[in-house]
Amino acid sequence: MTIMKNIAVALTFAVGLGAASNAAGDVEHPKQVPWKFEGVFGTFDIQSAQRGFQIYKEVCSACHSLKYFRFRNLDGLGYNEDQIKAVAAEYEVAGEPDDAGDPTVRAALPQDVFPSPFPNENAAAAANGGAIPPDLSLMVKARHDGANYVYSLLTGYKDASEAPEGTNLSAGKYYNPYFKGGVISMAPPLVEGSAEYAEGNPEASVDQMSKDLVNFLMYTAEPNLVDRHEMGVKVILFLIVFTLLLYLSMKKIWRPVKEGKNFYEDE
Amino acid sequence: MALSKVTPKNKALAWFEERLPILTVANSVMGPGTPTPRNLNYMWNFGSLAGIMLVVQILTGVVLAMHYTPSTLLAFDSVERIMRDVNYGWLIRYMHANGASMFFIVVYIHIFRGFYFGSYKAPREVLWMLGVVIFLLMMATAFMGYVLPWGQMSFWGATVITNLFSAIPYVGDSIVTLLWGGFSVDNPTLNRFFSLHFLLPFVISGVVILHLWAKKISDSGNPLGIEVKTPADQIPFHPFYTVKDAFGLGVFLIVFSYFLFFAPNAMGHPDNYIPADPLVTPESIVPEWYFLPFYAILRSIDFSIGIPGTDVTFITGKLLGVIAMFASILVWFFLPWLDTSKVRSGNFRPMFKFFFVLLVADMLFLMWLGGQHADGLIPLLGKLATAYYFLHFLVILPVLGKIEKTLPLPESIAAAVIKPKASPMPAE
Repeated sequence: MTIMKNIAVALTFAVGLGAASNAAGDVEHPKQVPWKFEGVFGTFDIQSAQRGFQIYKEVCSACHSLKYFRFRNLDGLGYNEDQIKAVAAEYEVAGEPDDAGDPTVRAALPQDVFPSPFPNENAAAAANGGAIPPDLSLMVKARHDGANYVYSLLTGYKDASEAPEGTNLSAGKYYNPYFKGGVISMAPPLVEGSAEYAEGNPEASVDQMSKDLVNFLMYTAEPNLVDRHEMGVKVILFLIVFTLLLYLSMKKIWRPVKEGKNFYEDE
Repeated sequence: MALSKVTPKNKALAWFEERLPILTVANSVMGPGTPTPRNLNYMWNFGSLAGIMLVVQILTGVVLAMHYTPSTLLAFDSVERIMRDVNYGWLIRYMHANGASMFFIVVYIHIFRGFYFGSYKAPREVLWMLGVVIFLLMMATAFMGYVLPWGQMSFWGATVITNLFSAIPYVGDSIVTLLWGGFSVDNPTLNRFFSLHFLLPFVISGVVILHLWAKKISDSGNPLGIEVKTPADQIPFHPFYTVKDAFGLGVFLIVFSYFLFFAPNAMGHPDNYIPADPLVTPESIVPEWYFLPFYAILRSIDFSIGIPGTDVTFITGKLLGVIAMFASILVWFFLPWLDTSKVRSGNFRPMFKFFFVLLVADMLFLMWLGGQHADGLIPLLGKLATAYYFLHFLVILPVLGKIEKTLPLPESIAAAVIKPKASPMPAE
């Protein structure tokens, strides 16, 4: 078993080297927040995600699409069928062409995706100084340490005077140390008073709104997270018991071998 | 090596068995009629695990193919549809994606088991070489599979890797055009990769059958590295190794399930959740973790071979890198002849043991290097690690066999592993 020990030492060495070198880099590491969806028993914070949906609707959706999220997916956030229909009906989407072939619009239905704020990428770029606001459906999975990253980005804007020497902050650019390169085209999206929460909810501070939005975006990125965790706990518990039984069977079956029986002559 | 004939009592089965002896073959490969060394340790579990992972990948892959659309316009969307709207689609896709990583972990352990216990030595050279063929096919399959979701890493990984072939003199550019089906990575590339990604696992299955056939001919090796001499050295495969493999599978599935259910994206790259965009190059293009050692070797070679002081270049740095990368695996084919030691098992080779650990460390170091930005000390360290990798196979192994003083081998497997029974009290 010394060989195993040696390999373990080699592994530790390699991992240690990896950790040491990661310290370099010009992007600030995201602030670490304990999220309710993390861990083996992690679930969505429904209240928070509902508020996050409100933030998305009232703030983010002005520029950012959510094209993999359908109104019916709101069922996972505690909305019932009638509420979902009502939310969908607030939006208009393109309908079938009419009998004359002319385009029509109709109220959105639960099966529709959230309408995008811009008809195409050129329109999005034109309205945002050349930067295309990315789709948010998968945002928390599309960045390293995504949940903490989005939270840090939303709460991490700093005044241009705090930017390091040589940062080129032209008009329409903002300083955010959590963004690669530090220069971001998005104006600070959440400020005090961006939204008002209904009574009984925490105060809509920038910090609270950012957390709520991350909880909502985690749901849009990974709607099956709770199913996955629940199934995983059951599967692993089953496997532990099953593997233990296999181990005991193996020990029993192997006893004659361990006792040195010759299966081809000792009969 | 002879087959252990099965004669079923059931008349219909016996009739069939006489015409196509499937049960006889099964019995002779992993049944009670397969005498197997009695001292196989847990390192011998990984062959069956690799076989099971191949089946898992094929089954989940076939289901995914039912829902996937190989078009640059729809590929990313269809994967998201699988994740969101197909019943248990998220489970199937995460099984397939994490299954690929698990498959490689298992196969790497299987290969390094071979390195340590000399599994490539006579009479198992062909068995070993078929294994290397399987590994190469796996790499091609995994690479093309990673392209299919058509995320940023899919697109740019495909661009970087297919471009390597342009380093080949004269025909390189034509080969790249053929791989792409055009003049850049685009819809035709995605379509042919999908087709080949579906095909290659079945080619792998064919080579696996040859691998098992060759194993049947030469019999399993064992941790002592000595040949079976008497029947007392062996036990029937079933039930002893079937139950041991089953237990190993249970442990493996617990590890697999952990990643599958609680960290399904830990081994992937977040950029692949961004749809492919030919106009935006990711900050760093990194292959999947299981390619990193070879990617590090490729990147380390950034110098050309020519006449110093002149403009004459014989081999460009790019071509040399590609050659080094392929050579790092092709060298395994020659292992049976590069390792000159008569002793198979590393357990009896004190110096080899030391260099084996160094090789493992070197591979892990290369893996880490492959994931780093190529600046600062990294290129130099990459050159050193690459040099050591080849030094191990081309110099250390041949020389070790000549100079190493090996430990005495046991008389037989039975003599080594069966503890003498406590002798009964001698009658006074």
